[in-house]
Amino acid sequence: MYTQGLDSLGKDCLRDEARDGAALETRFQARVDAEEKIEPKDWMPEAYRRTLVRQISQHAHSEIVGMLPEGNWITRAPSLLRKTILIAKVQDEGGHGAYLYSAAETLGVARSELVEQLLTGKAKYSSIFNYPTPTWADVGAIGWLVDGAAIMNQIPLCRCSYGPYARAMVRICKEESFHQRQGYEIMLRLARGTAAQRDMAQAALDRWWWPSLMMFGPSDNDSKHSAQSMRWKIKRFSNDELRQKFVDTTVPQADYLGLKVPDPELAWDEATQHYRFGPIDWREFEQVLAGHGPCNRERLEARRRAHDEGRWVREAATAWAAKRSAEAVQAA
Amino acid sequence: MNDKQDWPLYEIFIRAKSGLDHKHVGSLHATDARMALEHARDLYTRRQEGVSIWAVRSADIVASDPAESDAFFEPARDKVYRHPTFYDIPDEVKTL
Repeated sequence: MYTQGLDSLGKDCLRDEARDGAALETRFQARVDAEEKIEPKDWMPEAYRRTLVRQISQHAHSEIVGMLPEGNWITRAPSLLRKTILIAKVQDEGGHGAYLYSAAETLGVARSELVEQLLTGKAKYSSIFNYPTPTWADVGAIGWLVDGAAIMNQIPLCRCSYGPYARAMVRICKEESFHQRQGYEIMLRLARGTAAQRDMAQAALDRWWWPSLMMFGPSDNDSKHSAQSMRWKIKRFSNDELRQKFVDTTVPQADYLGLKVPDPELAWDEATQHYRFGPIDWREFEQVLAGHGPCNRERLEARRRAHDEGRWVREAATAWAAKRSAEAVQAA
Repeated sequence: MNDKQDWPLYEIFIRAKSGLDHKHVGSLHATDARMALEHARDLYTRRQEGVSIWAVRSADIVASDPAESDAFFEPARDKVYRHPTFYDIPDEVKTL
């Protein structure tokens, strides 16, 4: 149902099909230009489908792997309240992953395939989750900066041309605000605490600032998928635009905390009404993406272990359902 | 279970509060109906978004074909007289 007629036709039809394909593509683009949403069974160019599967599944993987750095602190949260909040937040991330996998599946890809791509290391996920969380302040910094950057990226995705993705993003954005505020509040408490607590908050900001800026992806000049995604209205703003917006909103928040953003070149530019900031170390970004970040190996191992150790649960649930349905048949 | 074989897909519908329709919110995989309801609760009502859940096997949903939608919905297109605004009524006539 989800495949396109083009795939199943013989060579004789190819010329007609190419002409029809061009007409379909023109009509598709007109719908996108008119801000109509594209729904799962509508005709769409194969490249549009591939782009969405890649983007949505990478996004889903990021949510799932994103549970790990914070999950690290669930057993050591400083109070019972902080612990319950953190559990709720990590559970939300799992939920976001589930919404997104579902959205990707509407494009005709199986969940098991996506999970396998993550576990075999074939699929990518956000570089940010390959950094460690050595202190409690890192949990605060993740909520404030990482979820803050995610919100910046995700709000325009609520208007993405693909209906199921856009609807999943609306749900996710509603929940992300809690994540960001709880993170900032952790930072606020630490920043108002003892000298040691302030130092801990500053060190976390130092660790997470640059990786957070990298979350927006390569600079516009080097971003290979951007132009087409903009035309398809999958993307609404360029990487650099979103990054700038993030810097502009986050620097005053750091000022309020009395913390220093670790960038000697950071300065307010009166003329442009934006902050100027120093160059990003793209080599680090490439390294982390290529699998050589501080925690890449650990993250994937944790996912694989969870998958393997959960196998008996999945098998038991399947067996139980089969037994129940057999009993139901007998009773009838 | 074979890891290559996904559990059946269910479409989830939530009634936000009594008096409202159930509305489609998304889908999930589950081994059976009961698991579908419990997972739907955990996935879609973590913030009290609903008072009632419907779970329907996706395979059981019958849907109209978007490729045929022009022809399928054509019968209603030329019947503007079904709308109240089609009729010109003088302003002096009240409550009509």
